[in-house]
Amino acid sequence: MSFTIFATAIISAMLINNVILSQFLGICPFLGVSKKSSAAIGMSAAVLFVMVISSAVTYTLYDLVLYQYGIPYISTIAFILVIASLVQFVEMFIKKTSKSLYKSLGIYLPLITTNCAILGVSEGNITNIWTETMPYWEGLFIAVSTAVGTGLGFGLIIFAFSSIREKLDASNVPAAWKGVPISLVVAGIMSLAFLGLAGII
Amino acid sequence: MTKKENFLKGFFKENPIFVFLLGMCPALAVTTTFETSLGMGLLVVFVLTSSNIVVSLVKKWIPHDVRTPSYIVIIATFVTVVKMLTEAYAIDLYDALGVFLPLIVVNCLILGRAEAFASKNKVIDSAIDGLGMGLGFTLGLVFIGILREFLATGGIMFGVYLPIGEAPITLVSLDMIINLFNANFHISDYGIKVFTLAPGAFIALGIILAVFQFKKSRVDRKLAIAKMEMIAEKKRIALEKKKLAALKLAKAGGK
Repeated sequence: MSFTIFATAIISAMLINNVILSQFLGICPFLGVSKKSSAAIGMSAAVLFVMVISSAVTYTLYDLVLYQYGIPYISTIAFILVIASLVQFVEMFIKKTSKSLYKSLGIYLPLITTNCAILGVSEGNITNIWTETMPYWEGLFIAVSTAVGTGLGFGLIIFAFSSIREKLDASNVPAAWKGVPISLVVAGIMSLAFLGLAGII
Repeated sequence: MTKKENFLKGFFKENPIFVFLLGMCPALAVTTTFETSLGMGLLVVFVLTSSNIVVSLVKKWIPHDVRTPSYIVIIATFVTVVKMLTEAYAIDLYDALGVFLPLIVVNCLILGRAEAFASKNKVIDSAIDGLGMGLGFTLGLVFIGILREFLATGGIMFGVYLPIGEAPITLVSLDMIINLFNANFHISDYGIKVFTLAPGAFIALGIILAVFQFKKSRVDRKLAIAKMEMIAEKKRIALEKKKLAALKLAKAGGK
């Protein structure tokens, strides 16, 4: 039963409601970092890592602290503070424990604070999953599954797009469309393809 | 920089969306209709102006190392204010914007202006900068919104989301022209529906950016041609001077 919930959450977050192509979250790294495949992989690994931790922490914070004490309206301030300090903490922790991981993820971590996908998933967990009657552990499980799916979807798209972009740079595009415009049109066509996945579940 | 230039720079020369590609997430997500873009833009204007004012007021007391978290807290406070006001007075707009209302916090434009302008300038200049940049952002959003709504429905509606009047009004519609000939025709049945969906957002923004890039390349080419002509003219004048000098020298030598 819990595996079904996990699989459903992952597929719906990764493919059907893809974070970039249908929710428009994290467009800045999508356009900025996706010029090289290696950078895309590093960025998406960092995003997946931070997204899972931060959605677990923010869900816990909302359910056990903000709601219990009747202050759910400061959720935006609380979440962004938690995410900003969490990113700093993760950066320091990785730097201390694993030099090789820090080398591959380190430069992407500071960028993540202002990545709207992280805050978007945390806010989305509250509006879509959290209810007053939902048991804490079940909600937390769905929230973390959604975060894993969203992070994987982000990685999938940003990696696929970086591969396309490496080809695009070599191809003969009209001068007016060079750079961002043609990338946006390509993203639109990818999004059209992903629209076809709606209705799997 | 005068105050007027400071105000106007955000509209065209330094437009956040079309020139700097800042705040692309709302530019793609909330521009389904003219009205949601306008609403989002006005909220951003409010948050940007107030956060710029506060940041430039407290800039002396914020230590340099923790400035980004402090700015984020200031911005998040104003976003919470805006969120509560929107929920109270314009619930339709609140529902339409959804998660993108709290996400104004991580809009790169607002943090960018706090970092680049408000932390270095006086209060009044920062307020003008915030107002100008915010209105420039609104202009960009509204431009995309009008294009998408017009292509999708063949007209522009007003009053659906913003609490303006009783019933929504149609500002512009192709029906007005077509119904002169055929009264039973509704253009909205024949709109390009994909522009209300996610792919349409990417494609519309791509087309707009391509048009801007095309105009920019035209202007650049004209400037380059003018520069080359100027250089050629200068070379010609220099050559003539040389010839004249040589002629004079020859004459002097002949004597």
